[in-house]
Amino acid sequence: MPKAVHRHDTWSMSLFKQFKDSGVRLFTYIPDAGNARLAELAEADNETRCVLLTTEEEGVAVAAGADLVGEKAVLMMQSSGVGNCPNFLSFVKGGGFPVLMMVSMRGDYGEQNPWQYPMGQAVEPILHAMGVLTFRVEREDELEGAAAAAINAAFRGGHAAALILTQKFLGAKAF
Amino acid sequence: MGKTDMSKITLNRVGALPRIFPDPSKYLFVTGLAGPARDAAALTNDGANMFTMAGCMGAAVSTGLGMALGAPEREVVVIAGDGEMMMNIGSLVTVASEAPRNLTLVCIDNGGHGETGGQDGHTSKRTSLATMAEGAGIERVLMVTNEAGLKDAAKFVKAGDGPRFLWLRVLAGEPTKFKRNMNPQECRVRFRSAYLGR
Repeated sequence: MPKAVHRHDTWSMSLFKQFKDSGVRLFTYIPDAGNARLAELAEADNETRCVLLTTEEEGVAVAAGADLVGEKAVLMMQSSGVGNCPNFLSFVKGGGFPVLMMVSMRGDYGEQNPWQYPMGQAVEPILHAMGVLTFRVEREDELEGAAAAAINAAFRGGHAAALILTQKFLGAKAF
Repeated sequence: MGKTDMSKITLNRVGALPRIFPDPSKYLFVTGLAGPARDAAALTNDGANMFTMAGCMGAAVSTGLGMALGAPEREVVVIAGDGEMMMNIGSLVTVASEAPRNLTLVCIDNGGHGETGGQDGHTSKRTSLATMAEGAGIERVLMVTNEAGLKDAAKFVKAGDGPRFLWLRVLAGEPTKFKRNMNPQECRVRFRSAYLGR
């Protein structure tokens, strides 16, 4: 039997390459369906390191610590995890740390789980309140450009930036 | 585990860090907020090899982890209080899983919230940070409660591979009197310039 291809395989591989080509060596994450394949790729690659967190806010601080010694990180999480980050995002407005995030959405287009809506709908207001720019992806052909925009905003523009992978792009989970 | 016996703690925090780190220029330091940041800033005279915080409570250990993973050739030391540890206790788990050899965590535990009026903290009740660090999976753990133990602490921070967790249980009382730069943007640039050489 041929091994089933992960449904997020194709775009995850190109996005992983894009992150890596931009100099990202540290991938931190709380597992989610939307970042599972990317985390596997970061784990398997000899030049990148994948760090499993206990809460998403840790990843903001890990990125800040890495930046202090000139390294680049990306923090990957589900939308609910954005709610765990605001206090640590003080690094962004307060300190000018270039925090790059990738948020896989729940609680938006096609969501069937009522628990996901409150945080899903609060993701962008919270990120914007804390000074994080957001770049949304709704179709696969938008991914490369949005990722490049987020990477450039963070590592060249000196901002914090979040790539928002919407449920239009990822597909909604059935219950 | 029983209730904490605070009467066994006789260590004064002021002057403790210089005994443990007699040559602070060899390390990269990250601190949490409040008293431990002042103790630490006095150690390096607010040097460019130290990044101190005055907010983001709970972020110190994770920041140190990012630094240790990004600078594997340098010894990284985190200095934080017990309140800071409690606010992000899961970071001990992440440190244990990643197991960076070049990371030492130092908790200056006064058993309470000194910055906000000295309210009792969890470690003055029943919580053992040594047990929590060990339970997280950090193998090298040392508790120090008196001045004689500072010699052991100085050896501990150099012995073997990290990660290490040094639990300094200190008397309640004022931290070191020291004014540091609390502008995070300036401190970031200063640290990066010194470390990256530009």
